[in-house]
Amino acid sequence: MPKIIVVDREGTQSVLNAPVGLSLMESLRDEGYDDILALCGGCASCATCHVVVGAAWVDVVGPASEEEVDLLESSPYLEPGRSRLSCQIEVVDEHDGLEIRIAPEE
Amino acid sequence: MPSPSAESADEHPAGRADVLVVGAGHGGAQVAIALRQQGFTGSVTIVGEEPYPPYQRPPLSKDYLAGTTSADRLPIRPRSFWENRGVALLTGRRIVAIDPVARTVSAEDGSRLGYGQLVWAAGGRARRLTCPGADLPGIHTIRTRADVDRLAGELTDPARVVVVGGGYIGLEVAAVLTDRVHVTVLEAAGRVLVRVAGEPLSRFYETEHRRRGVDIRLGVTVVGVRGDARGVTGVELACGTVLPCSVVVVGIGIEPESGPMRDAGAAVDNGVLVDGDGRTSIPGVFALGDCAIGPFPGAGGTPVRLESVQAAVDQAVLVACAVTGRARPTRVSPPTFWSDQYDLHLKAVGLALGHDSVVVRGDPADRSFSVVYLRGDTVLALDCVNATKDFAQGRSLVAERAAVDPVALADPSTPLLHLDVAHR
Repeated sequence: MPKIIVVDREGTQSVLNAPVGLSLMESLRDEGYDDILALCGGCASCATCHVVVGAAWVDVVGPASEEEVDLLESSPYLEPGRSRLSCQIEVVDEHDGLEIRIAPEE
Repeated sequence: MPSPSAESADEHPAGRADVLVVGAGHGGAQVAIALRQQGFTGSVTIVGEEPYPPYQRPPLSKDYLAGTTSADRLPIRPRSFWENRGVALLTGRRIVAIDPVARTVSAEDGSRLGYGQLVWAAGGRARRLTCPGADLPGIHTIRTRADVDRLAGELTDPARVVVVGGGYIGLEVAAVLTDRVHVTVLEAAGRVLVRVAGEPLSRFYETEHRRRGVDIRLGVTVVGVRGDARGVTGVELACGTVLPCSVVVVGIGIEPESGPMRDAGAAVDNGVLVDGDGRTSIPGVFALGDCAIGPFPGAGGTPVRLESVQAAVDQAVLVACAVTGRARPTRVSPPTFWSDQYDLHLKAVGLALGHDSVVVRGDPADRSFSVVYLRGDTVLALDCVNATKDFAQGRSLVAERAAVDPVALADPSTPLLHLDVAHR
């Protein structure tokens, strides 16, 4: 199971075991990262699962969709090219070792 | 995995919780989550009427009915989460009475639970038809997972489905089913979404549904459902027409679940009355979500009842703050809503209540546009169809009660963030 390195809003780093096939949001939420509100349940309607992908991992994870960009653009914590909605990242084996940071609450 | 009854016996031998949450929807679940986030160490129990741990309702009329989201993706959190957080779940128990003096609640099965503080997050019940034939088998509502499981089991080919009510639930059901079965939507008013949206949005959705084969009938009144013990055979309209069908789906809103609160002496008027922190008129008792009516900070301050996941979650955080004595968050978010029909993603923010004009940004024929609701030149709310940028930027206009120039607003090439605004 891919291991994801997560830095939460307090700056604390931990390792998340993320099953392949679920979204990153679902794994974060289910494992008790309560900073992830995930109000809409994963349909890219709320932007409450905003994460910032480690610079070295941007190509592996891929770019945000147009809809994600539209939602994220008005966030004061947008990091262009690295901000993603974690509900739109489906975990795959290649994500083993991925580093993400949970964006601050808006 | 422990059974619900084993959990109750193990974790609450005394049958009492420092905070007892009645209702296992988004609001109820979030109270428990927020209490633990805020460091609350007392006992917390969520008691729900349905046999499942807290789950998400919005997919029920969308992906869950369509079969593209399975039941295992519905829970708000896995059981292990609740165990790790020390939150007890009592499922399959309907609370029917509250004794605010003894601080106990009673379930339908006669069992009792004590509380230190009570959070009434019981939601609402789907409103049912009252005409002759309203109790026939084959008539469905969409509120619980069991409702949708039953409906899905009756959609045998060649079913003909009549949806009563052209609100979001009815239209979402029509969008899911029209590929598989013949669907007719009946709306008593002159347009769909009449209670919740402006005319441009109504007409847009009517056109989209008709284009996909949904028979939408406006200004029609249901006077009876025909059938027998084997099921329904048709829906009778006031004009005398009988629409043959094998399944009826009723989507005519909810009744807030407030009976036990009213009986306990709480102030109730189309919902349980609460203050801005979620306190009811009974000491030690809070209410939130679909069943609560109050002057919520994000909704303009006039008492309203909101059927919104986002609003319920925000209210839950306020209740948790009131319980733990923490300062409430300063952030004020206007309520948001969403609806998925076909490839149309509607995102809405704010309350159009009291608007006196409507501006359409973009051309509905392009299937990407926004309807903006104004009072004077102040932005009250937006309905954004495949227009996520407008939604994201419009949220701050609504939150700030921004005043804008309606002419500039109507030009979709000007981003909402670039409008000259004055704040009220």
